[in-house]
Amino acid sequence: MSKPIVATTSLAGCFGCHMSLLDIDERILKLIELVEFNKSPIDDIKKFTKQCDIGLIEGGCCNSENVHVLKDFRKHCKILISFGECALMGGLPALRNGIPIKECLDEAYLNGPTVVNSNPDKILPNDDEIPMMLDKVYPCHEIVKIDYYLPGCPPRADLIWEALVALITGNELKLPYEVVKFD
Amino acid sequence: MSEKIKFTIDGKECFAEPGQNILDAATDNGVYIPALCHMRGIKPAGSCRLCNVKIAGRLMTACTTPVEHGMDIENDIPEIQGLRLAIIEMLFVEGNHFCPACEKSGNCELQALAYRYQMMVPRFPYEFPVKEIDASSPKLIIDRNRCILCKRCIRSFTDENGKNIFAFKKRGHKLQINIDAKLSANLSDEMAQKAMDICPVGAIIRKEKGFDQPIGTRKYDKVPIGSDIKSVI
Amino acid sequence: MSTYVKNIIDKYNNDETRLMDILIDIQSEIGYIPNEAVEQISQSLNISIVDVEQTLTFYHFFSQKPIGDYVVYLNNSVVANMMGRSEVAKTFEEEVGCGFNNVSDDGKIGLYSTACIGMSDQEPAAIINGCVFTKLSPARVKDIVADMRAGKNVKEMFNEYGDGQNNSELIKSMVFNNIRKRGEVLFSDYENGAALKKVVTMTQDEVIEEVKTSYIRGRGGAGFPTGLKWDFCRKSEGEIRYLICNADEGEPGTFKERVILTELPKMLFEGMAIAGYALDAKNGVLYLRSEYTYLKDYLENIIQELRETNQLGENIAGKQGFDFDIRIQFGAGAYVCGEESALIESAEGKRGEPRNRPPFPVQKGYMQQPTVVNNAETLCSVVKILLKGADWYTMMGTRESSGTKLISVSGDCRYPGVYEIEWGLRIRDMLEMVGAEDIQAVQVGGPSGTCIGERSFKRTICYEDFPTGGSMMIIDNKRNLLKDVVKHFMDFFIEESCGSCVPCRALTVILKNKLQKILDGNGVMNDLTELKKWCNMMKQANRCGLGQTAANPILTTLENFPEEYEKLINKDIDFNSGFDLSAAVGESCEAVGRTPNL
Repeated sequence: MSKPIVATTSLAGCFGCHMSLLDIDERILKLIELVEFNKSPIDDIKKFTKQCDIGLIEGGCCNSENVHVLKDFRKHCKILISFGECALMGGLPALRNGIPIKECLDEAYLNGPTVVNSNPDKILPNDDEIPMMLDKVYPCHEIVKIDYYLPGCPPRADLIWEALVALITGNELKLPYEVVKFD
Repeated sequence: MSEKIKFTIDGKECFAEPGQNILDAATDNGVYIPALCHMRGIKPAGSCRLCNVKIAGRLMTACTTPVEHGMDIENDIPEIQGLRLAIIEMLFVEGNHFCPACEKSGNCELQALAYRYQMMVPRFPYEFPVKEIDASSPKLIIDRNRCILCKRCIRSFTDENGKNIFAFKKRGHKLQINIDAKLSANLSDEMAQKAMDICPVGAIIRKEKGFDQPIGTRKYDKVPIGSDIKSVI
Repeated sequence: MSTYVKNIIDKYNNDETRLMDILIDIQSEIGYIPNEAVEQISQSLNISIVDVEQTLTFYHFFSQKPIGDYVVYLNNSVVANMMGRSEVAKTFEEEVGCGFNNVSDDGKIGLYSTACIGMSDQEPAAIINGCVFTKLSPARVKDIVADMRAGKNVKEMFNEYGDGQNNSELIKSMVFNNIRKRGEVLFSDYENGAALKKVVTMTQDEVIEEVKTSYIRGRGGAGFPTGLKWDFCRKSEGEIRYLICNADEGEPGTFKERVILTELPKMLFEGMAIAGYALDAKNGVLYLRSEYTYLKDYLENIIQELRETNQLGENIAGKQGFDFDIRIQFGAGAYVCGEESALIESAEGKRGEPRNRPPFPVQKGYMQQPTVVNNAETLCSVVKILLKGADWYTMMGTRESSGTKLISVSGDCRYPGVYEIEWGLRIRDMLEMVGAEDIQAVQVGGPSGTCIGERSFKRTICYEDFPTGGSMMIIDNKRNLLKDVVKHFMDFFIEESCGSCVPCRALTVILKNKLQKILDGNGVMNDLTELKKWCNMMKQANRCGLGQTAANPILTTLENFPEEYEKLINKDIDFNSGFDLSAAVGESCEAVGRTPNL
């Protein structure tokens, strides 16, 4: 039997969840034995080359590019997992939700303390190549169907490991109290 | 001891003082009934609805219902536990609960209940409401994004003259906690700390305080909320 | 210290429990409640500012900033919308020059929406500076706005008056009674004071026994046996007892109390006095919704008249020690205050938050004393029961529902108005009587009641089959049931929830958003399953009747009109988040000046 294929991505996230995935330490060798990675920053495969079994999504959707990637994952993965607070509920990027976009852009490009004189022409980036910002940061499951959720900021390495193993082996997932946390 | 009231919770025989509410009585008998608005010793509010239990086929809030002789109370049943999880999830979506950025994380009762009830993600869509933060008081910050409107501060906290520092403002979905700017200006550090401690979530925060406990050592890092309840009967 | 505020506070003896009255008086005197007044109240009453604001901000008709010399509250109920409210609203906006929830630039005219004002039989209607304007049309609105611009007194803006007492000196209103059917109990011959004279010859136990035997049940909707309630109250321990008449009538589509207060106030006050006698209560409170302020002078005058004829006051009807008097407590715009314990909180000057039970009001009610809260219709019926006897009363109606019932009928029918029917009438016969045709649905008992269709028309109006607090809104086939009725009702409950219970505060919004998702064409079958499950949580988990029934608009239409939902559902897919990328990027593209590239 061929190995299950896993893809991962980070949308509006900080890559902390991916760091946590690496935090499984020596078990990463076992993971390589258990699964094959496809599109993922871990192996730097940029595009799906085949259908995958499991997709791990870090980060919520803050722009149109995130939405496209997320939908692409949904199309290519049998099972989609949101991992980390940002994917689950928007996370810290969603602190901007409720603030009008215009204000956010003004703060970032025109009047914010870090702008100073770096944008003398007062340009708001509007090139067609740049992803379009969404009205708010969306949790992934409010855009596509998500099958499982792993909370945490980041999700504990043990949680990611145990969840993946349970999914791959079909064994029941038993989680100790300490591993499911929202921070 | 003879006048103790005998009742059962999920078949377990329990005893209560006359007039005692079900929630306090359950706690004394080592039975955990979750609640966010209730605090022992202050008038029950019956507003979070988490302590709903089933008595004779009807749901009643344990904090507001006095124990009666021979009551058979259902507490740990799927119907009730399911409702409780749903209520916890409602609270998560109606406010803005950014746990990773909250001073109270790890010591927050709402978060702890979500852990206990194994909430992975709320079933309801996030609302991301716009809420005001009130930092006008010299000692306290009121972060309404996190407030669950449990009324604990309103019910249990006054200044030294017995005047209310906290009250509700507006109603329904716009309901919010209001802090008296004048009266709160005179709060001592101890009083400010007390206000923060009363709050089950991170809505009342002392200025220049917070994040002083490392992850792993906080109240609900290792054990679920309610674990400390033991029978004293 | 401002003198007028001081005078008002003095008038109520610096009494914290009269905070409602203080705020009402200030609001009506200066048109809003300025911060200085709030501070002054807090000092005089020795409470904190946030306490004053807690009550103030709870009620719809209080304002902390100026809202216009003329304040237009245009009813925004389902029936008002059916009767052409949107055209009327549009004309108001065009003529005044501002949108709703705003004041015109010159500060002269404020436009506001408000929940049902009890005029469903003569919509579209508005309240302007306390005066009711019915059957509004765009042309009429133009005249009214011109009159306001000219500075006319509202009372001078019309010269045709309604029927009956609406035309009396102290009311002079354009409101019509629209009494369509007179029954044997309420709208039959009435001799003021006759029942009271008889009652004082009976013992209190005999009075309660007679009411018990009549088996009259509360006419507000809950249907609790009135005699039993009186009995419980009288047996409760307390220093004094109170009798409160609930005439809050906030349930959209209901207006029977309006007609009782206009045409039968003496009967009502006699009923209150009888209850006072039976309960040994010295004090009665008539809790009246703010929308009926136009009846204030008239009612107060009648109370005074009754005092002068020894029907209120001391030693009533010549009976030594039978003392009873009535004060009117106005609300200030809060549907939930129709719930008896919320009403009591409000009458005590607080935000109208329903209380936890136990204790029940009959044990600890107004001022923590045993209190009976009765509906106005109940108290009127009691007068006839005691005069003519319980046997006479039980001959009418059905076995479990004795007597008659007032039904407020509105919506798509030829004869909207008040009908006094005997319990046991078939719904179909009722609909025929009111001239309803091409019926799609009937909303019975207001938004918190039940929405029924053809299938249920064979049922009868009575407690054992189809009970109702007394209203029927008829919705014909040209209406969009989910969009125009159900969604509107959900908005109503979101607005009117006190906000205390988590499910009532949060789930109402969630439910409405889910309904909107379905209306937008993004629904899947699972949405209906969830909708039903979540509605049932509302039923179980909330403290008061408002919360428990706030999901009824969805729940009862899901049950009785499933096809209305199913036709909007895409059955080929099992997931649809409803996410719309082009809508989501609109704001940012506009901000940076680019065309969305999807």
